[in-house]
Amino acid sequence: MPAEQLVQFSVKDCALLTIATGRRAYTLGELRAGIAGAERDSIYFHFWGGLLQPRFEEREFNNDFAAWMRHGLHDSRLAEKLAVIDPREYTSLDLLRSEVVELIDERLDEAEYLHFSRAVQPFEFMRAQIVVFGTDKSVACPEELAALIPQLPASSIFYHFIDARRRVPEAGDDFSAWLVNFGMPGERVRARLAQIDPYFIPLSVLRQQLADAFADQLENGHVVG
Amino acid sequence: MLLDDYAQVAGEDAIEHLRQLARPLAGKRFVHVNSTRVGGGVAEILRKLIPLARELGIDAQWEVITGDTEFYECTKAMHNALQGNPLHIPERLLRVYEETNRANAEQLRDVLAAADVVFIHDPQPAPLAEYIGKRSGRWVWRCHIDASHPHRPVWKYLRRYVAAHDASVFSLASFAQALPHTEYIIPPSIDPLSDKNIALSEASIRETAIRFDIDPTRPVVAQVSRFDRFKDPVGVIAAYRLAKDYVPHLQLVLAGGSATDDPEGEVVLAETRAAAGDDTDIHVLALAPDAHRTINALQRLADVVIQKSTREGFGLTVTEAMWKGKPVIGGDVGGIRLQVIDHHTGFRVSSPEGTSLRLRYLLHQPRKIQTMGWKAREFVRENFLVTRQLREYLTLCVGMLHGAAERIELG
Repeated sequence: MPAEQLVQFSVKDCALLTIATGRRAYTLGELRAGIAGAERDSIYFHFWGGLLQPRFEEREFNNDFAAWMRHGLHDSRLAEKLAVIDPREYTSLDLLRSEVVELIDERLDEAEYLHFSRAVQPFEFMRAQIVVFGTDKSVACPEELAALIPQLPASSIFYHFIDARRRVPEAGDDFSAWLVNFGMPGERVRARLAQIDPYFIPLSVLRQQLADAFADQLENGHVVG
Repeated sequence: MLLDDYAQVAGEDAIEHLRQLARPLAGKRFVHVNSTRVGGGVAEILRKLIPLARELGIDAQWEVITGDTEFYECTKAMHNALQGNPLHIPERLLRVYEETNRANAEQLRDVLAAADVVFIHDPQPAPLAEYIGKRSGRWVWRCHIDASHPHRPVWKYLRRYVAAHDASVFSLASFAQALPHTEYIIPPSIDPLSDKNIALSEASIRETAIRFDIDPTRPVVAQVSRFDRFKDPVGVIAAYRLAKDYVPHLQLVLAGGSATDDPEGEVVLAETRAAAGDDTDIHVLALAPDAHRTINALQRLADVVIQKSTREGFGLTVTEAMWKGKPVIGGDVGGIRLQVIDHHTGFRVSSPEGTSLRLRYLLHQPRKIQTMGWKAREFVRENFLVTRQLREYLTLCVGMLHGAAERIELG
């Protein structure tokens, strides 16, 4: 199909607003109960929301549960186990939740003192409200998208590459979902995008990696649809 | 255009974001209500949020409630009680609080009842939501205070008024209380173009030093804060004295403005002066509420800034100091935790001893002061400028006007 007949890629942007759920955990048991009963968007927030939150330099841990285990309850062992969970490997937030609960149960079985340890600073269960809005930017082919990506705000990258995982789980991200329309060259870019690990890097670095992936794979700036 | 000026500091992206978020809010009327037009972080930030929102096409207004000395005595006690001070507020003062709000509700009824979104700042005007009667818009209670461990009897009294709102906003998740509506988390921010934060010439900083008899060639540490027990100015003097044995030329500046809604300030100022005694290297400066350029110069004059609070809402003076490239030694409380990152942007401390230790560490390593100061400024640029706060208020308004759905898709 000629590229010009394909649907355009409309760039969107988003703003995230943090909401306190009012639930707090001071002990590992309370954390477990909180995770087991948390709404799905709260689980999502604690794995992905940090990318749009104030933070300093790079994240030490890739999810809030691991960070609290290390700095709140000072249990490095469980912190490390929680930190290697890659949320992209789980097809649903409920499966992701189960894995976290399972690891906590395992640790509670092996370290009895963790039933009694109490953190000074509690874990605060949060969730987020996301407002998505259109922009006046759209592109018709991957070359145009390649040229546009370096100029996109971090929040737009978040929407299309991170938030998309909830909306188009089978494709992984909005760029990949759209690139399906562009034959082999599109496939090559998709394969490169699938290799990007967005988890530890700031969104500005993620944007650069996306731009590099497009530039590397679109030889001479030409894609034949 | 004001927005163009901000684009230069915060970046074009940030401003474009604001324009897009403001589009669905064009023509809507937002009213902010607080209890003072001068002094304190709330008045300062409203002075910039309002014109910025207007430039984005939003009909933003700012109303101030008025009361007598007893009203402010009561609200100051409430403020302290919300921060954990176990104060008993006499029934007589609570009646003054209610009557004052009833009278203000009468005066503001037309404006508030017709607004699309009303932001009520802090406890002073909280009862308006109940007293205003029929209202058409959404009401949001904005708490700027560290209410993580409120004195329960006072919170129990206030809760009824707060619960009458459609949502509330806290600066940190740990400040949020059990309430029957959505509780948003929005850290406050500073205005980089205000008199308090704008770049100053070396000459004007030197002139300020001379005016207050401060020697700019010797090390200076400063705490800029209201004279309030929770800011622990006496503890800062104790820390200075401990450090002075190791840094003999050290000078301390304790500078504070006063606000019309803070009757306790005079008492704490007298205590601070008494603690300073006759040490000519301690400069206790009670400044006019509008002495913004002076405060700006004093923060820039300092090698290291202290904010040794024992309770803190967010600590905008910390943000201001960081924006000026100063490492901050701050109390390990409230919003200071979000800003002061140990060994990166400063140090968090819990005692005068800890403060003096970190002072000695920094004052003996000028290069550390420089690198930590640079990091501090960039951290503020990314996270704590007024453009970020306005973006979150706009997001909240869009959310409020579209119901509290988890995901709101516009256009």
